[in-house]
Amino acid sequence: MTMVKPLNGDDSAAYGMMQIDPDVVAAYPITPQTELMQNFAQFHADGRVQTELITVESEHSAMSACVGASAAGGRVMTATSSQGLALMWEILYIASSYRLPIAMNVINRTLSGPINIHCDHSDTMGARDSGWIQIYGENPQEAYDNTIQAVRIAEHMDLRLPVMCMQDGFITSHAVERVELLDDDVVKDFVGGFTPTYPLLDLDNPVTYGPLDLYDYFFEHKMQQIDAMSRAEKVVREIGKEFGEISGRSYAMLEPFGMEDAETAIIVLSSTAGTTRSTVSDLRSKGRKVGMIKVRGFRPFPQEELISLLDDVKVIAVLDRSDGLGAYGAPVFTEVRNALYDEGHKPEIVNYVFGLGGRDIGKKDIVTVFDDLDKIISSGEVKRRMRYLGVRE
Amino acid sequence: MSEKPGWKKIPVAGLIVDAGNAREYKTGDWRTQKPVIDRDLCTNCLTCWVNCPDSSIIVEEGKFKEFDYDHCKGCGICAGVCPKKAISMVSER
Repeated sequence: MTMVKPLNGDDSAAYGMMQIDPDVVAAYPITPQTELMQNFAQFHADGRVQTELITVESEHSAMSACVGASAAGGRVMTATSSQGLALMWEILYIASSYRLPIAMNVINRTLSGPINIHCDHSDTMGARDSGWIQIYGENPQEAYDNTIQAVRIAEHMDLRLPVMCMQDGFITSHAVERVELLDDDVVKDFVGGFTPTYPLLDLDNPVTYGPLDLYDYFFEHKMQQIDAMSRAEKVVREIGKEFGEISGRSYAMLEPFGMEDAETAIIVLSSTAGTTRSTVSDLRSKGRKVGMIKVRGFRPFPQEELISLLDDVKVIAVLDRSDGLGAYGAPVFTEVRNALYDEGHKPEIVNYVFGLGGRDIGKKDIVTVFDDLDKIISSGEVKRRMRYLGVRE
Repeated sequence: MSEKPGWKKIPVAGLIVDAGNAREYKTGDWRTQKPVIDRDLCTNCLTCWVNCPDSSIIVEEGKFKEFDYDHCKGCGICAGVCPKKAISMVSER
């Protein structure tokens, strides 16, 4: 029996972790992730999980403990935000290069400074090349669903790669919404038991993790990692489909809406996808040919799937909740534009950076973007390719 | 480099999946100078054996037998500590 509860994103992700009941969780509190770990610690205190909960002294230690526990042979999870992710930085690369299937929730919060605790994607966009699979969730329901799928994706024998699941800090993590929760048994069956590969605690088959790997072998080991990442898109889709069978909610890498006849489209991640979808729905009911694509899986980037959705689109706006200071475009924009370089049909693409440090974005902002795109069609020219939405001059 | 295995043929993630295989890594080719012993001066005090960081002094029945040139990196510690100056370092070139 599915249970429906009013939960915020921190609550729902913690509930998913409780049902998974990982062997080890090592974490350090940071706003706006704190409530997630607080919830999980409560489940732990109440005896609802058998997890070894390690309360470490920093995020660097949290990820280090996760690496050790995962190499030892445990199913391992953690969670963080912003500066915490930044402090994990070097260990993120250790986790992915050792092919440790750690699953982590990251509650997106801007990187200081100036110091700010609210949402943008500068924390995880900086980690986009760290070898972790990245899945961006829109709302508390997806935070729950993605948490459960992340374990299966990470542990898939074709991958053995760590996964980070994102949700927007405060906007999703602290906003209560209707969340459908699966039965504990259904989740346990779905995630199944964990089969470690090369566990350090297998004393009959001793193994060394992390030996020096110089120019004669490092490139080959990195190539193995690249090869595993190239298989991840297929696995994310498979697990997303399989999750649909137990929940009624299937997932892919991208989530299009209104794209069947759209002339203008917005590409966006996370909670703003909900705002955009609602706006697209309003505008379409007035006869405007607008559409949108939510990018759920950003790493690996679903290039071919994206191209197939953009056949008839004339102008695209990519909305980025982080900037690529000094780059020619913010992170999502550069991916999208790059993906289309070899295509015969090249729509115009403009980039809007929005919502930095938690600056609110509403439906009226989305409407102005679509109006701008219409002007590009009518005038036939792009006056400014990089734009900043909602900043005061 | 060409004789080394490709990425599809090696253990994942740089793991060493066999225990006790350091012996197979012939570090002797790092060497530029090799130790040579003058057996007339050697008293088998085994000070070299105690000090060798690479376990490359082979001892048999309590006496110096030979150097393990497969693993000796040519550091010269044995020559430095030998109280009888029985070991000298000789260029390999």
